[in-house]
Amino acid sequence: MSDKYTTLVNQGVGRNIAKRLGLPQPALLRRYKPGQSLVTGPILVQGSTAGADQLAATLLSWDLDVRRHAVPREKLGAIILVLDELNRPEDLEKPVLSAASSLRDLGASARVITISRPAAETASPAQSAARQGVDGFLRSLAKELRAGATANGIVLSERVQSTSPSTLAALRFFLSGRSAFVDGQFLTVATEQGNLPPDFEKPLAGKVAVVTGAARGIGAAIARTLHRDGATLVLVDIPAAGDHLAAVANEVRGTALQLDISSAEAGQRIIDHAVRRHGRLDIVIHNAGITRDKLLANMDHGRWTSVLNINIAAQLRINEALLASEHFRNSPRIVSVASTSGIAGNRGQTNYAASKGGVMGMVRASAPLLAANGGSINAVAPGFIETDMTARIPFAVREVGRRLNSLQQGGQPSDVAEAIAFLASDAAGGINGDVLRVCGQNLVGA
Amino acid sequence: MSVNGQSGTGPHEFASHTTSGAARPVRRAMIVGGNRIPFARSGGAYTKSSNQDMLTAALDGLIARFGLQDERIGEVAAGAVLKHSRDFNLTREAVLGSALSAETPAYDLQQACATGLETVLGLANKIKLGQIDSAIAGGVDSASDAPIAVSEGLREILLDLNRAKTLPQRLQVLSRLRPKDLAPDAPSTGEPRTGLSMGEHQALTTAQWNISREAQDELAFNSHRNLSAAYDAGFFDDLLTPYRGLAKDSNLRADTTLEKLATLKPVFGKSLGTEATMTAGNSTPLTDGASTVLLASEDWADAHDLPKLATVVDGEAAAVDFVHGKDGLLMAPAFAVPRLLARNGLTLDDFDFFEIHEAFAGTVLSTLAAWEDDEFGRTRLGLEGAFGSIDRSKLNVNGSSLAAGHPFAATGGRIVASLAKMLQAKGTVDGRPARGLISICAAGGQGVVAILEAL
Repeated sequence: MSDKYTTLVNQGVGRNIAKRLGLPQPALLRRYKPGQSLVTGPILVQGSTAGADQLAATLLSWDLDVRRHAVPREKLGAIILVLDELNRPEDLEKPVLSAASSLRDLGASARVITISRPAAETASPAQSAARQGVDGFLRSLAKELRAGATANGIVLSERVQSTSPSTLAALRFFLSGRSAFVDGQFLTVATEQGNLPPDFEKPLAGKVAVVTGAARGIGAAIARTLHRDGATLVLVDIPAAGDHLAAVANEVRGTALQLDISSAEAGQRIIDHAVRRHGRLDIVIHNAGITRDKLLANMDHGRWTSVLNINIAAQLRINEALLASEHFRNSPRIVSVASTSGIAGNRGQTNYAASKGGVMGMVRASAPLLAANGGSINAVAPGFIETDMTARIPFAVREVGRRLNSLQQGGQPSDVAEAIAFLASDAAGGINGDVLRVCGQNLVGA
Repeated sequence: MSVNGQSGTGPHEFASHTTSGAARPVRRAMIVGGNRIPFARSGGAYTKSSNQDMLTAALDGLIARFGLQDERIGEVAAGAVLKHSRDFNLTREAVLGSALSAETPAYDLQQACATGLETVLGLANKIKLGQIDSAIAGGVDSASDAPIAVSEGLREILLDLNRAKTLPQRLQVLSRLRPKDLAPDAPSTGEPRTGLSMGEHQALTTAQWNISREAQDELAFNSHRNLSAAYDAGFFDDLLTPYRGLAKDSNLRADTTLEKLATLKPVFGKSLGTEATMTAGNSTPLTDGASTVLLASEDWADAHDLPKLATVVDGEAAAVDFVHGKDGLLMAPAFAVPRLLARNGLTLDDFDFFEIHEAFAGTVLSTLAAWEDDEFGRTRLGLEGAFGSIDRSKLNVNGSSLAAGHPFAATGGRIVASLAKMLQAKGTVDGRPARGLISICAAGGQGVVAILEAL
């Protein structure tokens, strides 16, 4: 699962050779570890609105090094572009161009973050143009940044303040090493809901979380990340994967539940286990999924139905049981693992992409049902992630899959897990029905 | 109250240590659940696994199922029948290699095939007496990784060599070495006092009780069919954790038929003068595997939000004089069960499940035949007539050793955990808790039997 090329081009000789030959030079990404500082240097907050002032004040209250004006040749950890009061496209010019002059001062794994408003929420053509312009601007800028730096955006619904809990939580997520492999993406904060945790190192303290497909790969990484963030874990996988599941459960001090999620009683058994063993159920992570790749012309009944059944039908059934349960009503959170395949498509994956597209559709339509109890449901769509599964892809195809993104490398299972842990936290409660891609800004499929 | 360095002890655990022994009431011992690894035919999936590897794997699966990481369990007891001398502290070593607290004490126990059940009974008694609040019972055996000893001659020479002080003395000791001394001494299932293998012993008993080939094959067939159905129903989903690529018992033949079993050639009892009826199909194969059972007091189970499946009601051991041919080698349970039931005021009609370990199909059928025999009841059990018969539809309903295999010391744990789960599912019968009987025969003419009850 190691990416030897990335290691090579980050060392003396390898670095020089790659540079001379014009080969891709993927950076070693700064990934979050407990105790790590939020950013690597001062944060430049650009924008002259009230929202920008309030945000800068909040950042200062977190003892961060905040600049309202660039200091020439000072290495920056991040640039935040507050664009929450755009009325026409011309309004972009000043903040964007002043940020431009600071781009060369961005350090390794630095961050550019825009804060804007949704184009869909205005009737004014000029205002909508300005807002939508942020989208194209940010996605292009993300492709220009180097050395592990990323650009992501937060879109605030009309009534949401720049200092709402979930805006701040999303900002912290994007600023931190938790979002290392998230690039060129937007998160929409729809409501003022959400609570910032008393301890940012343990945002899931006191929560009981269920992770399906937890025996290995991304599921095991999710388990480790949620455990690190303070959650008590119930880990689910099929009985045949029980030995790996037990090892993960013992590592994260959780309980193993050997269960086929496609069985009719899966939802109820998950609820019963969590409530009886751990007293409550707060978070469910739908991670379990399978691939049975085949060109559609060669697709058989078994391949199609098994993928659709496990990847989406099982989630729908489990969610029905969860929504009907009195034990899942206190700010319940669901996060589903989708896939960029379900967005951009992938040759040979009509079944898988249909199931993952289905996950995103389910998430959107389930959002109001969760919101009724102060909860939320979101999806994370991983791109190329270095797992046992992708390690089996033939070398050439794997290299293309790895390099064809803005960060020129595959993501780690922990990158997906970080995004999931963030969306599962109460701090992200104002984000609902959203899909966050963890793909290093895949160059194909937008 | 002195603390005696009992670090990690929760407040509720101290509570049970504050009353003096005399005033402490006897408590109930709960079976919380169990975990085993799939059983593998010897020379199969676990060929390279030691007893310690397998017992640790079974423990870790149990720990993961019940969230026992870092928990200081009152005591862990397990054992193996085929045991290397280096494994003198097998169970404690397995505990140290597991996710349990390193402050969990452990001991080894060895009572042939009854080892697993005896660990359950011994630990349950400690819980009942308030000596401990939680326990893990278990057993493991590897016929693949069996110890091989040097010959008795070579062993004496090596020991004398170690005591020799000078070169001439050493040379003199070595000069005693003969080629025959180099032949290793492998373990066998032979009885030391008769020289007969267990199968040959059972063949005598099978013939004595006139057990037919057809009846034995039918019992074997039912064992495979029942075990296979239990797997299909997900019965083992919370009783078993895969190991080394195996997710089911490798001896299980889901597609076996009575016709197939009938084609097998007899392997035991071929020189008895009667028809030989015991085949590889109606005898258990040599098997590798491990099992564990989590036991607790009610308070401990409740405080840890753990399930309570069944209670360990009572147990009884018996032994027979097989050496002089008075009874068959594996017939001790035929005596233990009547004594146990009499003590508890029960008859065979008071049970909903019978778990009679299938060392050989002939063992189960001989035991049942003895209980149904007037003469045996009068002369050997001291009753007025036959002890009784059982409803065969209650016998080994989720399969037993003929299908699952029989890693000697691990069989008890397999049966106890499975039966506890069945009892919990059954709940109550005619207003009383569902009740199950376990019977396990063992080498040396021994047998251990026990009663479990649903809560």
